[in-house]
Amino acid sequence: MGAATPVVELKQITKVFPGIIANDSISFKLHKGEIHALLGENGAGKSTLMNVVFGLYQPEEGSIEVNGEPVIIDSPNRAIELGIGMVHQHFKLVQPFTVTENIILGSEPKKGTRINYKKATEEIRQLSEQYGLQVNPNAKIHDISVGMQQRVEILKTLYRGAEILIFDEPTAVLTPQEISELMEIMKRLVAEGKSIILITHKLKEIMQIADNVTIIRRGKVVDTVKKSETTPQELAEKMVGRNVTFKVDKKPAEPGSVVLEMANIVSNNKEGTAVLQGLNLQVRAGEILGIAGVDGNGQSELIEALTGLRHVDGGTVKLLGQDITNMSPRKITESGVSHIPEDRHKHGLVLDFSVSENMVLETYYKPPFNKGGFLNFDAIDKHATRLVERFDVRTPSIATHARSLSGGNQQKAIIAREIDKNPTLMIAAQPTRGLDVGAIEFVQQQLIAQRDQGKAVLLISFELDEIINVSDRIAVIYEGQIVGEVLPEKTNDQELGLMMAGSTAKRGAAHE
Amino acid sequence: MDVLTIIGQLINTTLVFATALIFTSLGGIFSEKSGVTNLGLEGLMIFGAFAAGVAGFYAQDAGLSGFGAACVGVLAAMVFGILVSLIHAVASITFKADQVISGIVINFLAAGSTLYMVKLLFDGAGETGLISGFDKVNIPYLSTIPLIGDVFFHAYPTTYLAVVAVIVTYFVLYKTPFGLRLRSVGEHPSAADTVGIKVNRLRYIGVMLSGALAGIGGATITLTTTGTFSHNTISGQGYIAIAAMIFGKWNPWGAFGAAVFFGLAQAVRNYVQLFAWTQSIPQEVIYMLPYVLTIIVLVAAVGRSSAPSALGQPYDPSKR
Amino acid sequence: MNNILKAITKDSFVLPIVAIIMGLILGAIVMLIGGYNPIDAYSALLTRVYGDPYDFGEAIREMTPLIMTGMAFAFAARAGLFNIGGEGQFLIGMTAATVVAVQLHGLPAYIHAPLAIIAGAIFGGLWAAIAGFLKAVRGVNEVISCIMLNWIGLYLANFVINHFMLLQGQNRSEDIQPSASIAIMWLSEMMGNARVHWGTAIALAAAVFFYVFMWKTKQGYELRAVGFNQDASKYAGMNVNRNIVKAMFISGMFAGLAGSFEVLGVFQYQSVMASSPGTGFDGIAVALIGLNNPFGIILGSILFGTLTYGSAGMSFSADVPPEIVRIVIGAIIFFIAAQGIVRWVLKPFYAKRKKEKVL
Repeated sequence: MGAATPVVELKQITKVFPGIIANDSISFKLHKGEIHALLGENGAGKSTLMNVVFGLYQPEEGSIEVNGEPVIIDSPNRAIELGIGMVHQHFKLVQPFTVTENIILGSEPKKGTRINYKKATEEIRQLSEQYGLQVNPNAKIHDISVGMQQRVEILKTLYRGAEILIFDEPTAVLTPQEISELMEIMKRLVAEGKSIILITHKLKEIMQIADNVTIIRRGKVVDTVKKSETTPQELAEKMVGRNVTFKVDKKPAEPGSVVLEMANIVSNNKEGTAVLQGLNLQVRAGEILGIAGVDGNGQSELIEALTGLRHVDGGTVKLLGQDITNMSPRKITESGVSHIPEDRHKHGLVLDFSVSENMVLETYYKPPFNKGGFLNFDAIDKHATRLVERFDVRTPSIATHARSLSGGNQQKAIIAREIDKNPTLMIAAQPTRGLDVGAIEFVQQQLIAQRDQGKAVLLISFELDEIINVSDRIAVIYEGQIVGEVLPEKTNDQELGLMMAGSTAKRGAAHE
Repeated sequence: MDVLTIIGQLINTTLVFATALIFTSLGGIFSEKSGVTNLGLEGLMIFGAFAAGVAGFYAQDAGLSGFGAACVGVLAAMVFGILVSLIHAVASITFKADQVISGIVINFLAAGSTLYMVKLLFDGAGETGLISGFDKVNIPYLSTIPLIGDVFFHAYPTTYLAVVAVIVTYFVLYKTPFGLRLRSVGEHPSAADTVGIKVNRLRYIGVMLSGALAGIGGATITLTTTGTFSHNTISGQGYIAIAAMIFGKWNPWGAFGAAVFFGLAQAVRNYVQLFAWTQSIPQEVIYMLPYVLTIIVLVAAVGRSSAPSALGQPYDPSKR
Repeated sequence: MNNILKAITKDSFVLPIVAIIMGLILGAIVMLIGGYNPIDAYSALLTRVYGDPYDFGEAIREMTPLIMTGMAFAFAARAGLFNIGGEGQFLIGMTAATVVAVQLHGLPAYIHAPLAIIAGAIFGGLWAAIAGFLKAVRGVNEVISCIMLNWIGLYLANFVINHFMLLQGQNRSEDIQPSASIAIMWLSEMMGNARVHWGTAIALAAAVFFYVFMWKTKQGYELRAVGFNQDASKYAGMNVNRNIVKAMFISGMFAGLAGSFEVLGVFQYQSVMASSPGTGFDGIAVALIGLNNPFGIILGSILFGTLTYGSAGMSFSADVPPEIVRIVIGAIIFFIAAQGIVRWVLKPFYAKRKKEKVL
């Protein structure tokens, strides 16, 4: 790309929210036909910046130019008019509507007063062929795969004539194979003259597909480099601001006896289909078993079956030899199982309770917290104070509502509570989701510390790197079954990706 | 009276009761499809019945024919319903108040304020002056068919208007861009927002349509049954309309069917005494019937999965 | 005590006060438009309530059931439930108390009255528990089921009176046995025969119970957790369904007690009612004014009772239609529900407080 006018240029964009400067004087150029990655940690300001470009936020300072002309983008409508389209991380798709309805929403072709569905379907079919984005126009969103949903998101932007596409963390929910497919789609888009901004924190993808990288840290631009002139190591250091080791520091594991045994677990959902289809799993004391898999293959159901939140229709779950199948959640917890849930706001904390009330969420009914039906606030407060200190949970006081804590501190509070129960089995589901590097390190170290103390740890994560780095053993889950077990040091992304997608070639096409 | 005549009259009465319910439940659908819970339908019906009674009276006083005055009444009810619904809209959409409470506030205000205004306008009387309202009309040709002609094709014009309203509502909601956008706003407002749809503006329209339709619903009671408005003109129909909407799974034709069903349950009350075998059933049990049936159907039908996904949640753009 | 002081000085206490003032002002405006004098009207209202012992006693009588139905709504609200079935629970509780009070003979007062009261509480609770059960087991929205149960309750109450206890030639039940009455005769005489009764004392005690139960016991902790976040409560091992039913039961008990007070303390009989008395719905307004807090509810019912009882004075002395009071109350709860409006009005008076966000 030579000295041609950039299609989009951001000049010293500053965006402020109460208490935070999300974007601090950011300048950025995107040229035609370029794939430009925007790299940064969670909370660095990437999404905010793109929301400014897309008209969802207005910057306090700075200006935007499209094709050399200064513009004010005061709404998504304006952005769309200017040819900017966004493929969101959390798809903005209306579940009960069809693919076609979602694509045309807001720009419906008309015949008199009615919507002209024939014309719409035809237009979508043409776009679909031109860019290799295969979709089923009449399918409802809640029936189609995640990969197809993303293609619908992309078609939405193309239908409105987008020339500049912003992809916000597009690979979070895809298998390695689907990621490759997405890469091909992006190359095709660029070949047809589109320009792409790729927001991501995944170095591997940047090295694969991007032409240029702009690194953002704490709202400021750190640097803009050409992909060909840099390395993942360098990018990581710029992203975090210090030396980054990719490996997690841990001694080799010394697994003991079997703590958890899941044999032939079958569980059906409301419609009668089996979400867990004969699942077999074993975790030993003193080891971390990581479960790798694409979201939606039974991970949540596995955890629910383990923690008593879901009915097990077949098979047994044994903890230290004792059958805990279908016991109530409370009894299972009392048997020695701790659980760090994947959605800390929904399942882990009562945000409107104070920190100290949250610390006894599972133990309030036991002495010393419960004295004859009445709560013993002295004991509760002492308990909370101790945990807050030991696990360095930053909070103004234990009476503060959990809602006011940052994501990292909320997670620390949950971990503090779960570890303090001194469990035999610790289940950690997406424990580092949405956390910054410091908090991620803390969480991973805590899990390893638990394992070193002889606990059994079950780790479920969508981040393959985390699974590979932290686990002692890896099991891959696919369509409600464990389809393979490997040792982290003896495997790679490719192999894991194949297993996560069903392994054998003939099953690969079944999804779409 | 022979059985056929009684059944014929029963259907007639059903249609009268059902008409009010049809209009009101259609109104509820527009509001809730856009994502705003509207429990204030009862209050809106009261305001509508009141407006029709007052406007109709003054129109008749001014010399308009019975039919003309009644039409004025309908229009007045529509306008008044829209205005009152704005209270709910402003509170719950702009000020993000709890939508259930906001709807209850409308109901609370309705009884007191309408009675206050009636006393002001009619010299302390507890009800509006009597008006003639609508007369039944005959659909040409069809009403001469023996037996069913008199039953189905000789009814109040408001009943036929109600059926037209159902057809129009269905068309608007499912065939037009407006309808698609309205429904998107109730299912996934953030998705609508990012394609440039004005979420809150559409929600305002949804609530105002509910005000208009529920107002008309209330007006039909004044204009076809009682001829006046007093404190017990509307007693509970608004809530039954909500139930009809839920049974109908927020679909206009479903609500229509449910409204007819409830209309029948209410109509049955008047006729049950006529048969010997029914006379031994206590009166109160007959009165209870529609409500017990509602609960039974609610339990059996489990309609919750058809509710618009974003129903009841104020839209906050900063939480995109 | 400390908590009450803290609650009073928190800024959330300001909201209802301002809403009340705004509601009274709106009422004054409506009166002016109608050609009435608001000053005359409001002073007539106050005179009527606080003017002499009889009226004062009757005003207290009017406020008492509101405390109970207010707490009924608030208790369920704390557990995340909208109990708008207070009407039906009130009537069913009333009917149960009437049955015990009328039909049982030969019991001494210290057994009969408490028995009637307990019957009222339990049946009110059971009626509410139906809605709770339907929600827990079948996911039926409690708003609709409560509305239906309100009507069924009305007709069921009438049925029982009409078919088992009807006073010949009248539209009401027979009188209750004197041994079941909870009227306080000596106090009543002191207050010009105003119908004061033990129910008021029970209501105040119930408010204390509400407070202690909700915030000091493990049961209350569970209910509040479920009310705030059902998912987290489930994950923490709490039985959400059981808590829903429990919360509705206790909530219904409050409403049922209100109904029993009316029969056992005030009227000494139960009428056959053409329509629902409205005490349950009024309780919702009181609960909103009192911010779902038991002590706020006591204050709210004092306000509400003053306005409603005093409205008769307005129509006698200042010739203002008493319905104006419903408009005032409606406006007050509107302003409380749409807090944003009040905050907007208060913006110039407020120094913005910083949120405690921790990084």
